[in-house]
Amino acid sequence: MERVMAENLTAERVTFDLAKIALRDVNTYLHRQLADGDQRHFDLLNPDGAHNIAVGLDQPVTVEIHGHAGYYAAGMNKKASVIVHGSVGTGVAENMMSGKVHVKGFASNGAGATAHGGLLVIDGDAGLRCGISLKGGDIVVGGSVGSFSAFMAQAGRMVVCGDAGDALGDSLYEAVIYLRGEPKSLGADARFEPMTDADYATVAELLRAAGLDHDPKAFKRIASARSLYHWNADANQEY
Amino acid sequence: MCGIVGLLVKTPALRQQLGELMVPMLIGMTERGPDSAGLAVFADPLPGTARKLSLYSGLTEDGADFNWHGLTHALKEHLSVDSQIEVKHNHAVLTFDVSPDLVKQWLHENHPRLHVLSTGQTIDLYKDIGTPAQVAQRYDFASLTGSHLVGHTRMATESAVTPDRAHPFTAGEDFCLVHNGSLSNPNSLRRMLEPRGIHFDTDNDTEAACRFLEWRLREGDDLETALQKGFEELDGFFTFLMGTPDKLALIRDPFACKPAVVAETDDYVAIASEFRSLAHLPGVKHATVFEPAPEEMYVWNA
Repeated sequence: MERVMAENLTAERVTFDLAKIALRDVNTYLHRQLADGDQRHFDLLNPDGAHNIAVGLDQPVTVEIHGHAGYYAAGMNKKASVIVHGSVGTGVAENMMSGKVHVKGFASNGAGATAHGGLLVIDGDAGLRCGISLKGGDIVVGGSVGSFSAFMAQAGRMVVCGDAGDALGDSLYEAVIYLRGEPKSLGADARFEPMTDADYATVAELLRAAGLDHDPKAFKRIASARSLYHWNADANQEY
Repeated sequence: MCGIVGLLVKTPALRQQLGELMVPMLIGMTERGPDSAGLAVFADPLPGTARKLSLYSGLTEDGADFNWHGLTHALKEHLSVDSQIEVKHNHAVLTFDVSPDLVKQWLHENHPRLHVLSTGQTIDLYKDIGTPAQVAQRYDFASLTGSHLVGHTRMATESAVTPDRAHPFTAGEDFCLVHNGSLSNPNSLRRMLEPRGIHFDTDNDTEAACRFLEWRLREGDDLETALQKGFEELDGFFTFLMGTPDKLALIRDPFACKPAVVAETDDYVAIASEFRSLAHLPGVKHATVFEPAPEEMYVWNA
């Protein structure tokens, strides 16, 4: 690895060709603690759909993935900024703690699952279960999201510029969804609520962070009716 | 977990490279399915009423030493059937010009452990236990030619690891199906189909889906109608990829529990469980890449 790196060490940006270098070595390198003068911008070539690219980063570096990534790209991200110039498989930015992950293409299922913090931006569509069990992260999807998105999402914000599939926001806790298009259906306990000035400001802030210029006025707020928070013996299991 | 791959070439010149393009796709899905692999290839139909069977001798006592030429002699002697045979290891393609049921009945009576992999005018089918690389080498998949093919790498969950339980499964003529997932109602499908005279070769859940859909096609449904009935009747997790003489078709269950990705160029349509099986294809960096939606039908014409 050190030998492979040697030719790169003086460059401003470091390029790793994943067709030539083992992904595990690249991830290990990206995990090293930064010292003054270290490069902080990395380009990964030929990702070719490999799983676990740039997972577990915990340093303020920028990683650009040039091509399609596989499962769990930028999973557990902390502090880093990861840009994917392509699509991603299941579980992009899952359990992200902070930082930013930007997918220029589409994302498969479970994008941003359980993210505690940070911002996930998907320019294209996201698959099913986007933002499932979101715990405080922000997600902006330029396209549409699949069914069961934001299922049991506890905290955080999700902005969807397109439509949503079935059961959007099923069993929501305190996360809030802003939807520009229409959901095929809302999930149990999810409901439309009036937009406040604070909501418009939130949508404007997240759209700006994602580089999108939709009118915040076009978005609707979906949040929890909180009727599932307490057991209701009279509900007869019908919600 | 399993891996599925499919490739349909639009440019006639690529038909010669069909197998060569496919082998890395199949091997790319080894982590998803290391225990068995298989592939069905569709090529120009046999002339007239000729039929061919893909046969597997690995379950017979003689295995790869099976006396294939003795088989053609016996068919001539007992049934007065002229046949040609092309042998690869424990696999052979037997071609003849009589009713396939007549030949299959004779095989069943005289070589009960010889497994009929496929029947038809366009389909050749190979499957066996082993890693995708081993199976691809055993049958020289790289040399296969044709217009489209359907492949599978298996990690068994619902039935034992045996050659006959590997995918693709076939039913009727010139129809095959591969499956990533698991069905929860294969036995009720089976109980519905068996009284209609439909025979099952194995206890595998995928075989039930394959025989159900082929039964619908035989009852007169077009492919889209049959697939719609599939959505209604098949319960469980699935990405199915199916092949007919002139089509590849793909469906995913409503929960999209099992993955699929498609890359399309002017030259080909390639389908795989994951992009890593498509990454080597020529021109894929400029291909239209998309994820098929759940509960939608995708049909590509050869």
